[in-house]
Amino acid sequence: MNILDNFFLIALPYIALAVFLVGSIYRYTYKGFQLSSLSSQFLEGRRLFYGSVPFHWGVIFLFTGHLIAFLFPRSVLAWNSQPVRLMILEITAFVFGISMLIGLVNLLIRRYTTPRLKYVTNKMDFVVYALLITQTFVGLWIAYNFRWGSSWFSSLLTPYLYSIFTLQPDTSAVVLLPWTVKLHIILAFTIIGIIPFSRLIHFLVPPINYIWRPYQQVKWYWDKRKVRSPRTPWTLQRPKNN
Amino acid sequence: MDVRSQVSMVFHLDKCIGCHTCSVACKNIWTDRKGAEYMWWNNVETKPGTGYPTKWEDQTIYRGGWQKENGKVTLKGAGKRRGLTNIFYNPNLPVIDDYYEPFTYKYLDLIEAPEGDDQPTARPVSLITGEPIDIKMGPNWDDDLSGTPDFARNDPNFQNLSAAEQEVMFQLEKMAFFYLPRICNHCLNPACVASCPSGAIYKRGEDGVVLINQEVCRAWRMCVTACPYKKSYYNWHTGKSEKCILCFPRLEAGLAPACMHSCVGRIRYLGVLLYDASKIEDVVHDDEKNLINRHMDIILDPFDEKVIRAAKMNGVADSTIHAAQNSPVYKYVKEWKLALPLHAEFRTLPMLFYVPPLLPVMATLKQVDNTEQADKMNPIAKYWDDNWLYDTSTAELWGTLDQVRFPLKYLANMLSAGNEDMIKDKWKKLMAVRIHRRRVTVGDISNEKADEVLRDAGLTAEQADGVFYLTALAKFEDRFVIPPAHREQAIEMMDFTGDAKGEIGFGIKSKVKRGL
Ligand code: SF4
Ligand code: SF4
Repeated sequence: MNILDNFFLIALPYIALAVFLVGSIYRYTYKGFQLSSLSSQFLEGRRLFYGSVPFHWGVIFLFTGHLIAFLFPRSVLAWNSQPVRLMILEITAFVFGISMLIGLVNLLIRRYTTPRLKYVTNKMDFVVYALLITQTFVGLWIAYNFRWGSSWFSSLLTPYLYSIFTLQPDTSAVVLLPWTVKLHIILAFTIIGIIPFSRLIHFLVPPINYIWRPYQQVKWYWDKRKVRSPRTPWTLQRPKNN
Repeated sequence: MDVRSQVSMVFHLDKCIGCHTCSVACKNIWTDRKGAEYMWWNNVETKPGTGYPTKWEDQTIYRGGWQKENGKVTLKGAGKRRGLTNIFYNPNLPVIDDYYEPFTYKYLDLIEAPEGDDQPTARPVSLITGEPIDIKMGPNWDDDLSGTPDFARNDPNFQNLSAAEQEVMFQLEKMAFFYLPRICNHCLNPACVASCPSGAIYKRGEDGVVLINQEVCRAWRMCVTACPYKKSYYNWHTGKSEKCILCFPRLEAGLAPACMHSCVGRIRYLGVLLYDASKIEDVVHDDEKNLINRHMDIILDPFDEKVIRAAKMNGVADSTIHAAQNSPVYKYVKEWKLALPLHAEFRTLPMLFYVPPLLPVMATLKQVDNTEQADKMNPIAKYWDDNWLYDTSTAELWGTLDQVRFPLKYLANMLSAGNEDMIKDKWKKLMAVRIHRRRVTVGDISNEKADEVLRDAGLTAEQADGVFYLTALAKFEDRFVIPPAHREQAIEMMDFTGDAKGEIGFGIKSKVKRGL
């Protein structure tokens, strides 16, 4: 059991994180053309709504929730100190989880029952669906059976994750948890590990800077004033705009 | 004054014969590959008609372009708030069926079918699924069918035509139509650029060409919605949006864009315009009725000393200024004021201008008595025996403008944001040039009359000759005045245009494939 635990809770996370880091940076830097959300709305623009929207808002809420519990465990515990607030948090999270699951199932059905979509679907898409659906289902199962996750996450999982990220892996808190929770952890790291090899990579390039950039963009090959000034030295440096 | 140069275009609609050579030239060079089969960066529509994609002009459906609300100009269907909240599902995105499902025929069946009693046929198959399909739509499905109820009567430009005017149209549609060739307008206030969340689309400073960086596009598909002309297309295979690139690799090599080079009717003109970029924002916010005039105002006179000085300060090359001075586009747009932007009310400040068509407009149908003529014919001769005369006589000059076959309002909705006088003004000029030339070449029109007509239209005799020359006789170098690329820029400009044909088409040197 110990070996297995060590493998899945220590080795796997490190492998996944390393693959994720190296793979994503490589793909972002050298394979820009392959970095796309690969939207299929253009081929099927009606049923996508019932899948994509509930899934994405669900996953955004839950991902942020997990991240906050990891980064600010004490604030979460403080928030949860009143039962009403705990209930609000748990129920909201559960609803978002359900929405994510419904979205995923709709997306899966849509993708495999629309003839046109067959031609923009690859094996990796299936892997992504399988992992995400299982993960969401397991997450909901845990939330329902081992209450109240938002509190024990902060006291049990946060230290474990922290130990992983500070390179002093310590699994003492998590080995005793039920196997479903371990499965949730394992799946989470697996999903992180396949990000560079799947369409999930688009989650790394959300268009955040659209919020503050000016609407119009004009790009010059060179500084338009400098290029013709005799005082500008000749250079072979390539402007970076394409 | 912030002087910039823009490679700009004029299409002379009277000359377009609707041959689609331009579309095919473009397709062969740029969009002949998987995922792009349905794209026609250049397309030619029969007007009245619904166009491609169907009813693209109707922004209540597609929500493209800019709108002005309470003094603020915002994107209609995209923008920061709408774009980011709709990013998972864009409610205003046209889907492939709004264009058409691309198809080919199983030509091999014609050759390889086993011998038998039946004639072999080549069935149409979808280029997406490869399955046999019934073709229901194509990019110019209504070509020359301006009279059909499905197409002509659904033309969005009929809005706010009175019932009587529509009735005229519905009678006349049987005989009157013209062609509208369209490419990306390389706008001064491009909605596509403004809508792109990842910032992949930009306007090139040097020549104003609007491009999508294929490495940065992430398939958020907002540009497809935002462009009111539907000239940004989503490649369903690569998951990247693509649009007309004004053949920039050709331009940099001094060649005219493929559509223009191949144009059979020689309707296309390309040249540099200098414009004042600092005024764009102001113009965009003006009232609809002023838009076109203000748009014309930001185009600067390339002979003006002040403009030249400011242009040089801004790094515009001498040769580009020289090209601007010889620009046929400047002549049509500013000097003769003959050309108008398409649907100025979308507020993108398009830099492709159209000379409104006169020919389908002027002629009237008259019933004449041909019996005397017919009696003189040999009884076995074949002759035209109906009694209709297609009358293009010009005795009643301006009088006919009010009873023309095309309600003015229709063209005004398309080319002058509803301003009928503006169209009338162009028609008068086009007519005056004809009358003036008739005086010169045939000589059956009196000098007084021709001069009066010219004066009324606001043209001098020299200008009229200029219009005539550029319209009817112009050579290749007159129609395309391409500013030379510059050595100090050319090293960069020529780079990265290597063509991995059959893969994505442009901008990337290596072969690329779709991401996972
Ligand atoms: S026509 Fe459309 S795609 Fe072209 S620049 Fe204007 S807004 Fe952009
Ligand atoms: S090639 Fe020229 S004449 Fe022919 S359809 Fe195109 S624009 Fe019109």
